[in-house]
Amino acid sequence: MSDSLRFHFDVNGQSFTSAGQASVQVKKNLRELGIPAETIRRVSIAMYEGEINMVIHAHGGEADVIVYEDRIEIILADRGPGIPNIELAMKEGYSTAPDNIRSLGFGAGMGLPNMKRYTDDMKIETELGKGTTITMRVNI
Amino acid sequence: MKISDIKTLLDAKVLCGEEHLDRDVFSACGSDMMSDVLAYVKDQAVLLTGLVNSQVIRTAEMMDMICIVFVRSKKPTDDMIELARESGLVLMNTEKRMYEACGLLYTSGLVGNGVHHE
Repeated sequence: MSDSLRFHFDVNGQSFTSAGQASVQVKKNLRELGIPAETIRRVSIAMYEGEINMVIHAHGGEADVIVYEDRIEIILADRGPGIPNIELAMKEGYSTAPDNIRSLGFGAGMGLPNMKRYTDDMKIETELGKGTTITMRVNI
Repeated sequence: MKISDIKTLLDAKVLCGEEHLDRDVFSACGSDMMSDVLAYVKDQAVLLTGLVNSQVIRTAEMMDMICIVFVRSKKPTDDMIELARESGLVLMNTEKRMYEACGLLYTSGLVGNGVHHE
């Protein structure tokens, strides 16, 4: 079977309050599909961190989740400023988030490392001034 | 420990999810930094926090937690309560501060996951 199922979301970059809505919906959808709980948790945490990043750094963007028979792919694409130094951004504790984001419980420099930790593969494509696309894979 | 025991120990007020009070919980964590909760927490069912915004509810949901306790009488907004209700979470608040609230639960047997291994 090569059938796949795709969920698409526009991530609103204007509101920190609504950030994470897409991840909540994905979690519900995957539950309905009968995906194992641990897999769902990994997908939804990785996507949630990504969604928060898109809102903090890139004024939102688009999220796609594609469910294959043996894996789930999460593609997060924004037209934000891009990541100048990926190696630095991947370091735990390194953050460029503004202070007001820290007071909201985020911006501890854990987002990208977490996304990598919870997924089986993560690819970052970024161009300064153009945007960033992150593709993550979680095996089922 | 049942969620109702947490309510009693912390003299807490239930804000939503009254129907889930008889659910069992085995460990908890306390943090105002949701990034840390998402990074380090595993299988904790209860979150104690002094942070009040909708991302607290979503973080708990992402982590499959079932109960959030707001310390120092912090009160979530109606929108947050509605979000929690939709997700089947129990929300409560207590007058106690974070340190005391965590201590009371810990000494009553609700440990952090780093200590207790099933």
